[in-house]
Amino acid sequence: MTTVLMPSPDPVVFERRDRGIASSPEAEPASELAFAVKDLSMWYGSKRAIDKVTLDIPSKAVTAIIGPSGCGKSTFLRALNRMHELVPRTRIEGTVLLRGENLYANTIDSAVVRRRIGMVFQKSNPFPTMSIGENVIIGLRLNGVRDRRLLNEQLEKSLRMAALWDEVKDDLYKPGTSLSGGQQQRLCIARALAVEPEVILMDEPCSALDPIATAKIEELIHDLKKQYTIVIVTHNMQQAGRVSDYTAFFYMGRLIEFGLTTKIFTNPSQRQTEDYITGRFG
Amino acid sequence: MQVLRANNHTWRKTKSALASALTFVSAVLVIAPLGLVFFYVLKMGAGALSLDFFTHLPAPVGSSGGGMANAIIGTLELLALASAIGIPIGVLGGVYLAEYGSARGNAMLRFIADVLNGVPSITWGVVVYGLVVLRFKGFSAYAGGLALGLIMIPLILRTTEEVILLVPNGYREAALALGIARWKTIVHIVMKTASRGIITGILIALARIGGETAPLLFTAFGNHFWNHSLSEPIAALPLQIFTYAISPYDEWHRQAWAGALVLVTGVFCVNVLVRILTRQRTASA
Repeated sequence: MTTVLMPSPDPVVFERRDRGIASSPEAEPASELAFAVKDLSMWYGSKRAIDKVTLDIPSKAVTAIIGPSGCGKSTFLRALNRMHELVPRTRIEGTVLLRGENLYANTIDSAVVRRRIGMVFQKSNPFPTMSIGENVIIGLRLNGVRDRRLLNEQLEKSLRMAALWDEVKDDLYKPGTSLSGGQQQRLCIARALAVEPEVILMDEPCSALDPIATAKIEELIHDLKKQYTIVIVTHNMQQAGRVSDYTAFFYMGRLIEFGLTTKIFTNPSQRQTEDYITGRFG
Repeated sequence: MQVLRANNHTWRKTKSALASALTFVSAVLVIAPLGLVFFYVLKMGAGALSLDFFTHLPAPVGSSGGGMANAIIGTLELLALASAIGIPIGVLGGVYLAEYGSARGNAMLRFIADVLNGVPSITWGVVVYGLVVLRFKGFSAYAGGLALGLIMIPLILRTTEEVILLVPNGYREAALALGIARWKTIVHIVMKTASRGIITGILIALARIGGETAPLLFTAFGNHFWNHSLSEPIAALPLQIFTYAISPYDEWHRQAWAGALVLVTGVFCVNVLVRILTRQRTASA
């Protein structure tokens, strides 16, 4: 097991920010691989939710995770940024490497992991006590960034990246919860982008949205993959087909098949994958 | 169709009207004591209420006039002392119960808090008398504040826990997923979201202890002068009302009514404030 220690609690990123130079993942040496997951198993109490999953997730591409309800796809996604630790009595085995660094090493603080790996949830959840603007920069502020000018820069940049700036630029002081469902979800994406993560995990980000709002988010995902690695869990197979470059099919806690989306959807090598995709079950 | 016969119908309507009348009478009986207390205190107290009541010290027996200025200030001082003890411990304890701790330990803490909520207030007075007043050989504002603060702790603890548990988990997850440390998430996201509820709980606890008399009898003790040191006995509105009400002097009786009116009005105002706060919360949710 290779264990390369992450700088904790990553001063590098924030030093660069403080000098006002944005550190986008672009600046880093291009790496083919974002995540290397090896023999990952996870239990809720005594119930096994994920069973020995080995999977390499490519960098700066969209990887979709599909599968029927209860197949462990959300659990797997949460294991990637250690969100599973919030649920009591979970146990995990195996390794997850992000660009070669073991995310589960004892020396690594989960907060540092999550700063590098952002997350967008099924239900949009802007903080109800905060304005639109505050929602976007809260991650930076609570991570110790005080510089007003820098915060304002990040605010505009993140909202632009989330394709929300033009709609809200005159209403930044209004409550985040005053926006429509689709706008709220894009606000949550902007909030995740503001701390400049390397990876964005999305847990069924469009399942509560109408088709127009969904189309906007999908378009956004398409733009974001130029700079970010995106892993998206979705129930909607058309969506997986539209937005992803790679697709992983999970069933009963196991990874059944992983490959280029075009191949998975047109010529799957596993019978179970084909059955699921053609709608014979799930 | 036997059941639809007219006379049967009439009997049913009579029963229904009877039941409605009973519930209406019960409702009136519930409201009546509040109206009775308020209007009687108003009638008896309003006459003795004057500017002097708020600005003057109690007058010596036999002379008229005088006020309860020292008792009003004393009550505010005692509430401040009690808050200094009750609010931090109660709020932090409530946060611990809602966010940390093991299920079994928390169930025990919750049970203990509920038992403490049911302890008669005079018991707190006796306990503080034994532990503080006897040891330091004297009644004091500190002892009174401590007794009231101890009463506040379980009240605030339980309300804080409840409102923090009402904060949806999605907000905690969203904050943690931004790489925000757990304690910062709790302080800046969870407690901020629940702040209105926490403040409401604190106000309810203050309204409750503001009128407590028994725990002050052997702790703050009361006096008729301005208090110059918190380590000396201090006057409080409920204590003064008690002393004056059991005295044989008419003038003091009038003053006791006025004191009761001030106290009831204060508690009433706090409750109105609580209503406003909770209404806004439900409206924005």
